Amino acid sequence: MPALTRQSRFILQIVIVAALGFVALPWYGIANGFWSFTWLGAPTEAANASGIVQALLHGRIWLWPLPLLLIIALIDVWRGPHARVIAWCGGLGLAYLLLQGFAIGLKGWNIAALEGLFGPVAPQMGLGGGAFIVGSAFLLLLSAGLALKGFMRGDVFLVSSIAAVVASIGLFVFYPVALILIEAARDADGAYGVSALIGRLLNPDIWAVTWNSLLLAIVVGLLTTLLGLGFALLHKRTQFRAKGLLRLLAILPIITPPFVIGLGIILLFGRNGIATWMMSEFLGVPPSRWIYGFFGLVLVQTLAFTPIAYLVLIGVVDGISPSMEEAARTLRADRWRTFKTVTWPLMRPGLANAFLIGFVESLADFGNPLVLGGNFDVLSTDIFFAIVGSQNDPGHASALSIALLFLTLSAFVLQRQWIGKKVYTTISGKGDSGLPASLPDGVRRLVYWTTLPWLAFTILLYGIILVGGFVKSLGIDNRPTLQHYITAFGIDWTDHGILWSGRAWPSFFITVELAAIAAPITAIIGLLTAYLLNRQRFIGQSAFEFITMLSFAIPGTVIGVSYILAFNVPPIELTGTGLILIICFVFRNMPVSIRAGLATMAQIDKSLDECSLMLRHGSFATIRRVVLPLLRPAIVASLVYAFVRAITSVSAVIFLVSAQYNLATAYIVGRVEVSDFGVAIAYSSVLIVFMLLVIGVIQLGVGESRRAARRAAPAALGMGGATT
Amino acid sequence: MKLSARSLVASIAALAALALSTGARAEGNLTVYCSVQEEWCQLMVNEFQKATGITVAMTRKSSGETFAQVKAEAANPKGDIWWGGTGDPHLQAAEEGLTEEYDSPKLAELHDWAVKQHETAKKRTVGIYLGALGYGYNTELLEQKKLEAPKCWADLIKPEFKGEVQVANPNSSGTAYTFIATLVQIMGEEEAFKYLKALAENINQYTKSGAAPAQAAARGETLIGIAFQHDVVTPSITSNAPIKNVSPCEGTGFEIGSMSIIKGAPNMENAKKWYDWALTPDAQKLGAQANSYQNPSNKAAPIPDQAPKMADIKLIDYDFAKFGSSAERKRLLSRWDKEIGAK
Repeated sequence: MPALTRQSRFILQIVIVAALGFVALPWYGIANGFWSFTWLGAPTEAANASGIVQALLHGRIWLWPLPLLLIIALIDVWRGPHARVIAWCGGLGLAYLLLQGFAIGLKGWNIAALEGLFGPVAPQMGLGGGAFIVGSAFLLLLSAGLALKGFMRGDVFLVSSIAAVVASIGLFVFYPVALILIEAARDADGAYGVSALIGRLLNPDIWAVTWNSLLLAIVVGLLTTLLGLGFALLHKRTQFRAKGLLRLLAILPIITPPFVIGLGIILLFGRNGIATWMMSEFLGVPPSRWIYGFFGLVLVQTLAFTPIAYLVLIGVVDGISPSMEEAARTLRADRWRTFKTVTWPLMRPGLANAFLIGFVESLADFGNPLVLGGNFDVLSTDIFFAIVGSQNDPGHASALSIALLFLTLSAFVLQRQWIGKKVYTTISGKGDSGLPASLPDGVRRLVYWTTLPWLAFTILLYGIILVGGFVKSLGIDNRPTLQHYITAFGIDWTDHGILWSGRAWPSFFITVELAAIAAPITAIIGLLTAYLLNRQRFIGQSAFEFITMLSFAIPGTVIGVSYILAFNVPPIELTGTGLILIICFVFRNMPVSIRAGLATMAQIDKSLDECSLMLRHGSFATIRRVVLPLLRPAIVASLVYAFVRAITSVSAVIFLVSAQYNLATAYIVGRVEVSDFGVAIAYSSVLIVFMLLVIGVIQLGVGESRRAARRAAPAALGMGGATT
Repeated sequence: MKLSARSLVASIAALAALALSTGARAEGNLTVYCSVQEEWCQLMVNEFQKATGITVAMTRKSSGETFAQVKAEAANPKGDIWWGGTGDPHLQAAEEGLTEEYDSPKLAELHDWAVKQHETAKKRTVGIYLGALGYGYNTELLEQKKLEAPKCWADLIKPEFKGEVQVANPNSSGTAYTFIATLVQIMGEEEAFKYLKALAENINQYTKSGAAPAQAAARGETLIGIAFQHDVVTPSITSNAPIKNVSPCEGTGFEIGSMSIIKGAPNMENAKKWYDWALTPDAQKLGAQANSYQNPSNKAAPIPDQAPKMADIKLIDYDFAKFGSSAERKRLLSRWDKEIGAK
């Protein structure tokens, strides 16, 4: 049977790679980093040795079961292979690898009782390259075994993908978060108990804050969705001329580092702000402090998160097949009725996704409430200060995190119900052409009247921020200066070449490097997950989907602290590396990638995949040649979002940055803390310009639309440079 | 299938490639957790590297964040020395045994308050600078409103300052806790809470961060901001902000910026070298160069002209042992929550 030999060859390859990992690569983490290759100098020393040398020479005999399982798998390939044997080899190997890692740590046995049972053992450091290869191989063996058994119609790629996503989310989201949530059940004396948990959750303080967060998140979710939709319609369905400008301005807030929008708002509407001054001068409105609190937060969060809704919805509006609308028009529906009965319902999944993102973003937002919250407390900042503030009560922080999780979970469930089980596909293999219907007059006016003032407001805000980088201290001392830019980004030419003397350069280079590594990984894992969720059916799918949203729902602060708790000690020791920041970026931002993928995929008819599968393409080839090209808007959205968020995120990474890996935002926060707004704004401006360039490059590279062919002459006239 | 297997292996190899870098730990290194403002941190690091040739890796975080990190890393410490930041988290770290005992030969050269901090913490921390509590007012706003300049704590509860005073929330800010503890020590607890209740009428916002009220006053967002005096002075020097510093007439409390060696520091010897060096006058005069105007702990270190003059400040005999302890802190904070609370 040809299918079996292909499976056998795959299993054989895995076993060979695993064997190489066990024999040739250092088993434990290398102090100078794997890529220093210092371990090649003394490959048999205890710190550098591979798994097999550790077991032979350094007394780590508990590693022997691992190669044994590989040999069993190898023998079985010769004789079959048998699904059950392969699956057990993989599963047992993975479980044993983790078990030994958690059982034996830096000081020998982690559990004292085991020492009495087995006697003392040599300590172990964090797992390294060899262990990583062997562990991944066991995961693939498990997948191959399950596929042989008939899971996912025997498609190894699908089973491996599910296994890989589940394993990585389990390791990098579930495990650390579980660690910190357990804290909520720990009382003041350090003992765990249900009564401590109940006492914390019934605390009225928590409920007051939860209400605040909920109210804010609902208002912001609604406003961002509506405005985002307005912009998407303005962009795709009207004759609005300056679409390039529109795109640029809508994207600006998303690439603005935290604190900066809040700062701009204060400079405008603060008690001493420009707008406030004008209103009191010309309209007689007395200066007040309304901006600090609920209304200020709504304003600034709507500014900040509308672009995300826009990015999600533009793919959705773009994906609505004009032939449906044309059919309605042919059946004599007027423009309004077409919009109401065809266009609008088709946008529902996109709207629900956009709302969910706005809602959750508002819940998790940290920078803005910090600057503008006033006395309006929200969960995210309260969690932060419960950990780092003078209370220093991690249990309270955990209880607040549970409240936050509960809100996100509820939103998730409601969103699923609203979308329901209807079908929203419009892109199918059937003939599909035509031009999108123009909007009914009422809707078009509404779109213009809401989006254009908002655009003007954004321009004004950014004008002020830009100016702020070029004056000594905006609002206090308005003399022009270049000093902030020189301080941050000075370059000297010396005899030895260029000297990057600006203070911001080191953090800038590191930030860009890490974000550039994280963005494609985020997009790949996110879209793969979206594909699994939308195109495949498997047991535990809903639970799987929920877990993927988890890291998004938990505020960065909690993620940051939980990462330190989970990854500072063996078996997985990552703190102080760039890798922990990359992982944090990937799993924080992956949910948006998943959402964007889901929203777009919901519109692509499954028959296209089926057609490809029937023509004997594997699922991998189908993804690559059919689904991916149709997913371009989602790919662009994912890459852009992942890159940008990696650069602008602050709350999660503030605990994870280290001396070698300091990030731009951590630096900016430090400047804001000492009210050195000039440098903070200058640095932010440079980041904004840089990110704009990168977004341009991504769009050129991946291409934006899957329907370039459909753009007829009149529509093309209106397209700005940024879209084509 | 062949294709997918190969690309899976390839992607795993790519992930593996990422998976394998851990922090460097060669000889002659030192990792500093720095909790003052970045310019000062950077200057200290550069000068120390020049003086000793030791390669320093520095992370700047607020003292609360650093405390949380040191605590989380306790099983496997990554940092060597924690320099700067208000004294309470340092004392707390000492109380929880997260930091190392050390007697520096430089102790004899220090002011009494710095040595007292060392004793309070049972040798696990030492004072490096002192910052007195006070408040700043916006001179332009005061002129506009034609009010008399405040001089004492008692002035802040006057009805003409209704809605014009800002202070941090003691639940999140060590500065605000110092404020409450100071009042309790000046007035006695009952009187202090009566005062706080009257003050609450004039408060427009309880900010999250301790230095924020000073910045708000500098920008004219509030008339009066209660903060440490060096935080009030900085914006008036760096950006000519119309803010004036007040050292209250009744006397005032203070923070002792501290330094601790982290227990189990990977580079213990170098940590001690930094510790000794950071207590010398040469190291302590660097603060003023970086626009930080705290008072240094070495008696021989020069006090910058712009710094709040110690002679003008009436320091109370602040009881750090009592008011720095977790139990007293919890008690005062919960009383504050119950009787006053952030509106």
